[in-house]
Amino acid sequence: MNRIDARFAALKAEGKTAFIPYITAGDPNLAQTEKLVYALEKAGVDIIEFGVPFSDPVGDGPVNQEAALRALKNHITLKDIFACVARIRTNSPIPIVLFTYFNPVLAYGFVGFARDAAAAGVDGVLCVDLPPEEATEYKAALDEAGVRTVFLMAPTSTDKRIELIARNSTGFIYYVSRLGVTGERDALETDLRSAVARIKQHTDKPVAVGFGISTPAHARDVASMADGVVVGSAIVRMIGQLGDTPDMPEKVAAFTKTLVDAAKVI
Amino acid sequence: MTSYGDSSTLQKHPWPDARGRYGDFGGKFVPETLMYALEELEAAYNEAKTDPAFQEKLAWYRTHYIGRPTPLYYAERLTEHLGGAKIYLKREDLAHTGAHKINNALGQCLLAKRMGKRRIIAETGAGQHGVATATACALLGMECRIYMGSEDIERQKLNVFRMRLLGSEVFSVESGSKTLKDAINDALRYWVANVTDTHYVLGTVHGPHPFPVICRDFQRVIGDEARAQILEMEGRLPHTLIACVGGGSNAIGLFFNFLGDEQTRMIGVEAGGISITPGMHAARFDGGTYGMLQGAISYVLQDEDGQIGSTHSVSAGLDYASVGPEHAYLFKNGRVEYTHASDEEALRAFQMCSQLEGIIPALESSHAIAHAVKVAPTMAKDEILIVNLSGRGDKDVTQAAKLLMPDEEF
Repeated sequence: MNRIDARFAALKAEGKTAFIPYITAGDPNLAQTEKLVYALEKAGVDIIEFGVPFSDPVGDGPVNQEAALRALKNHITLKDIFACVARIRTNSPIPIVLFTYFNPVLAYGFVGFARDAAAAGVDGVLCVDLPPEEATEYKAALDEAGVRTVFLMAPTSTDKRIELIARNSTGFIYYVSRLGVTGERDALETDLRSAVARIKQHTDKPVAVGFGISTPAHARDVASMADGVVVGSAIVRMIGQLGDTPDMPEKVAAFTKTLVDAAKVI
Repeated sequence: MTSYGDSSTLQKHPWPDARGRYGDFGGKFVPETLMYALEELEAAYNEAKTDPAFQEKLAWYRTHYIGRPTPLYYAERLTEHLGGAKIYLKREDLAHTGAHKINNALGQCLLAKRMGKRRIIAETGAGQHGVATATACALLGMECRIYMGSEDIERQKLNVFRMRLLGSEVFSVESGSKTLKDAINDALRYWVANVTDTHYVLGTVHGPHPFPVICRDFQRVIGDEARAQILEMEGRLPHTLIACVGGGSNAIGLFFNFLGDEQTRMIGVEAGGISITPGMHAARFDGGTYGMLQGAISYVLQDEDGQIGSTHSVSAGLDYASVGPEHAYLFKNGRVEYTHASDEEALRAFQMCSQLEGIIPALESSHAIAHAVKVAPTMAKDEILIVNLSGRGDKDVTQAAKLLMPDEEF
C-alpha cells in the first residue's frame, strides 16, 4: 500500500488529523534536510512535503522564495533530491510528497521523473502550476509508477472544478485555505469550515489544508475541520534564520512539535 | 468594423484550439486559484468579441484616442541609403503613448471594465506597457498598480515618472533578476491574492490562455491596417515583413493578417544582446528549449534542470526568457523566420533611423531596423519591405547617450 494512503487510513481509524510540514529540499543543504526529516519524524509529523527549489516560484511568498534561492545556490536538482529521498528510505518510512513547479518536471521528462521518483521512495507529487486539464501525460506516468498525484483546490474552484480536481487527485487533496501565495498570516479565513465541508460533499478523499497556517491555534482549528494540516512558511522561516547550524534540525523539530501537538488535540 | 480585405489567415492558421494550444505550444499552466479567473476572462472575452457595442466602442477609442490608423510611411532616405528594397515603416510610434502597447492595454481595460473589475494590475519591462496601461486606467477611471523590476526602473526612470503622473502606483520588484520576468511573477502573486476584483492586463502574447489570443486580437489591427495601406499605396503585397520579438505582441500584430499570404516572408528579430552565450542574450529560438514559463509552453532559455536562465539585452522590452506560444508554433512550422540583432547592431540602427528619417525609434524597434539594414540591400529595388516601428525612442535617449557618449555627463 502507498505510504500516504496507509498513513491516512491509520489516522482515520484513530480519529486523528495528519500534520504535514513543508520544507525546501536543500535549504541549507541536503545533509541538513535529511537530518531535519528524522527530527521531524520524531516530533510526530505524518507526511513531509519536500519543496523542489525553482527559480520562478510564482505560487510562493517571500519566505519560500528565499529558501528556494538558497537551495539553488547549492545547485540542488531533482536528481539530488531523489538521491536524498533514497538515503532517507534506508532509515525511515515517513511518507514524502514532492511540492514542485512544472518546468523542472517537464525538463526531466514525465516517464523518467515518475520512474526515478518511485525508485527513490517518493510517495506523491504536487505540481503547483499544473491544473488537472494539462496533466494527462504527467498523471499517466505517475499513476503507472504508483506515485500519488496531489492537486491543489482553491476558494475560487467552482463545483465543476472541485469534481475535476477530486477525480484526478490521489493520496489526498490539497486545499489552499485562502486567495494568495504561501506565507504566514495572523488569522485563518473565516469561512474555512464551510469551504472544507463543501469539498467533502464531492469526495471521500482526504483533504489537507495549507497556506497561511502558522500557529498552534491555527493548527488546532484546522485539525477540527480537515484530514490534514500543512504548515510551511513558519517552519521555513525558522530554517532560514538558523541556517547551517548543528542544532537547526532539533530546534525546528521542537517548534514543529508545538504545532503537531496542537493538531493532535482533536 | 472596417474590412481590410483579409488574407486567408484564419483558414490556414486556425489557432489556438479550445485548449489554448498553438500546435504543441501554449496552454494554461497556473495555480488553481487563477483557473476560475481565466475561465471567467475567456467567457467575457468571447462575449465581447461578438458584441457590436463593444467593438464599436473599441473602434471609437482607436480612432479618437489612440489616433489610428497609424501611417504606413515610405522611408525614402533609408531606402536610398541601403540601396535595395523599398522600405515602409509602420508607425506605431505615433500611436498615443508612443508604442503599439496601447492597442492591447486599452482593449483589455475596456474588457475589464465590462467585467466589473475595479482594479487593474500590469507588469512592465521597458515601461511602455506600464505607461499604456496607466493611460487606459486614467481614461477609464480605474485603479492601477504596475509591477516593474528594479533594474528596469533604473534604466527607464522617465517612464516610471509618467506612470506615477498618470495616477498609477509603481511597485519595484526586487526578486530574481529584477527584470520583466520577475515583474510578471509579482503581478501574478498579487493577482492570486486579489483575483475577484482585479484584472491582470498582461502586456504581450504570452502567459496562460486566453491572454495570448486576446492580446493578438487587440494587436492585429497593426497588420490589418498595414495590409490595406500597402494594397492601396502599391497595389500589391509586401515581399517581407520585419518586427522585433520580445514576448512578440507587435510582431504577431503585424504578421497575423499576412499569415495566409504565402508570398510574404516574415522575420522576427530577437535580442542578440552581447553574444549568443547563456545569460548574454534573449534569443529564445537560438538558445532556448521546449519548456513552460509563466503559464504557457514555448521556447524557454533554461538550464538542463529546467531552471530559468538569466537574459540580457540593451532593450528592456526584449529582455525575457520565453516567447509567445504562437511564435513558437510559427517558428516550428517554418512560416516565420526568426533571427537576432546584437545590442551594438541595434544601437547603430537607432542612430541611422534618427539621422536619415528624423525618427528616433525605441531600442526594441531598433532591433527590427537593424535586421532591415542587413536584408534590404540583398533585395530587388521593386520589392517591398515593411518594418514595424513598434515604439518611439524618447524613453531610451538617456541610456543610449550613456552608451554612445560615455565621456559626457547626462
